[in-house]
Amino acid sequence: MSDDTRAIHPVWLRATHWLNALAVVILAMSGWRIYNASPLFDFTIAKGITLGGWLGGAIQWHFAAMWLLAANGLVYLLCNVGTGRLARKFFPLSPRAIVADLLAALRGRLSHADLRHYNAVQRAAYLFVLVDAVLLVLSGLVLWKSVQFPLLRELLGGYETARRVHFFAMAALVAFVAVHLVMAALVPRALLAMIRGR
Amino acid sequence: MSLTKFPRRLALDGDAVVKEALRRLEQPSRRLFLQRSLTLGGLSLLTGCAIVDEDSVEHALMKVSRFNDKVQGWLFDPNQLAPTYPESMITRPFPFNAYYGEDEVRQVDAGSYRLEVSGMVADKHAWTLPELQALPQTDQVTRHICVEGWSAIGKWGGVPFASFLSRIGADTSAKYIGFKCADDYYTSIDMPTALHPQTLLTLSYDGQPLPPRYGFPMKLRMPTKLGYKNPKHIQAIFVTNTYPGGYWEDQGYNWFGGS
Repeated sequence: MSDDTRAIHPVWLRATHWLNALAVVILAMSGWRIYNASPLFDFTIAKGITLGGWLGGAIQWHFAAMWLLAANGLVYLLCNVGTGRLARKFFPLSPRAIVADLLAALRGRLSHADLRHYNAVQRAAYLFVLVDAVLLVLSGLVLWKSVQFPLLRELLGGYETARRVHFFAMAALVAFVAVHLVMAALVPRALLAMIRGR
Repeated sequence: MSLTKFPRRLALDGDAVVKEALRRLEQPSRRLFLQRSLTLGGLSLLTGCAIVDEDSVEHALMKVSRFNDKVQGWLFDPNQLAPTYPESMITRPFPFNAYYGEDEVRQVDAGSYRLEVSGMVADKHAWTLPELQALPQTDQVTRHICVEGWSAIGKWGGVPFASFLSRIGADTSAKYIGFKCADDYYTSIDMPTALHPQTLLTLSYDGQPLPPRYGFPMKLRMPTKLGYKNPKHIQAIFVTNTYPGGYWEDQGYNWFGGS
């Protein structure tokens, strides 16, 4: 692979990845401050890791970054589907392959030599987070506009259920990011490839 | 304003003191909003430096909020009704909420109460409570959604605001309707929401005259807007094309505040 000068990740993918990372960090941190205004559960988020200072500030951040997440996510989806990359990189995918690759990974036997190739666990994880982000946007729309989007509201079980969906989808996204960061630290070449393309 | 004046208490009640202290700790943090609360907070912690000028960030976020007002105005469907619920689903007790504590609820005298009407209206006579009560009434059980995230279902009764506006000859081509309240609260709404069939000049709660804690003698109830857009103890209504702002809106809450 040493004489292969093609970019591992195209420019549009790297750009949308980092813009998405920025949007997610802002949305998660401001969202935690919003959560603290009326906690759903028996805990609050440490103020030091929240964004916005007070509820009004956090909402301003949240409702600004949502446009970045949605617009950037749309560009990502269009490019991913349009270039055929989604079908090429993420499929085929079977539960059996996921389990096999997961076991191999846990034994330290999963190769990351070719960063162009996503193993089954990566495919599943990236597809999961894609669907999770869509769920975050949809449940967020219900929280923002529960009267104006009645179909979406009913599909998500009403306003109060949508609050919980939004929270748990956030928690799943944060869990993904945690694992994602650990993997990037373990395979630093993958991080470099996402920055400079090679 | 209640934030700067110290209440004179002869006998100190331990719980009340603690509650008051907690409230004051919370309030100044809101006040600091325009000065410093929009720092990049954790983001600048991550990078170890202030990466963006704070004033320009605040300005940009305010601009996005104005843009979000426009989007919400565009999304607002005047015929789309908020869901209604059976009376068995009413939240009891319905939560009290204001920018002050429940012990500071304003007492408005029913006898001397007058609702002032001004601005772009034909009939500017002030309304007494019996006059308002004599108007045709309706009621609805709807969900109140707070900007904090929680929601509660309540039953409000009163005069459809659209019929009141037509009675006073309001110019419905005006952009805004502003409200001034006996508790020094103020806010304003857009005309399409004012004319929405579920927007009520509320005089009763759960079949009883509106109690002081819910805004006696009158509150504007809009199930299509967040709680802070629903003013209580309304004393004056004015129709205008000049943006009137609002108590929370001037501090950074989104103006349209629709749901």
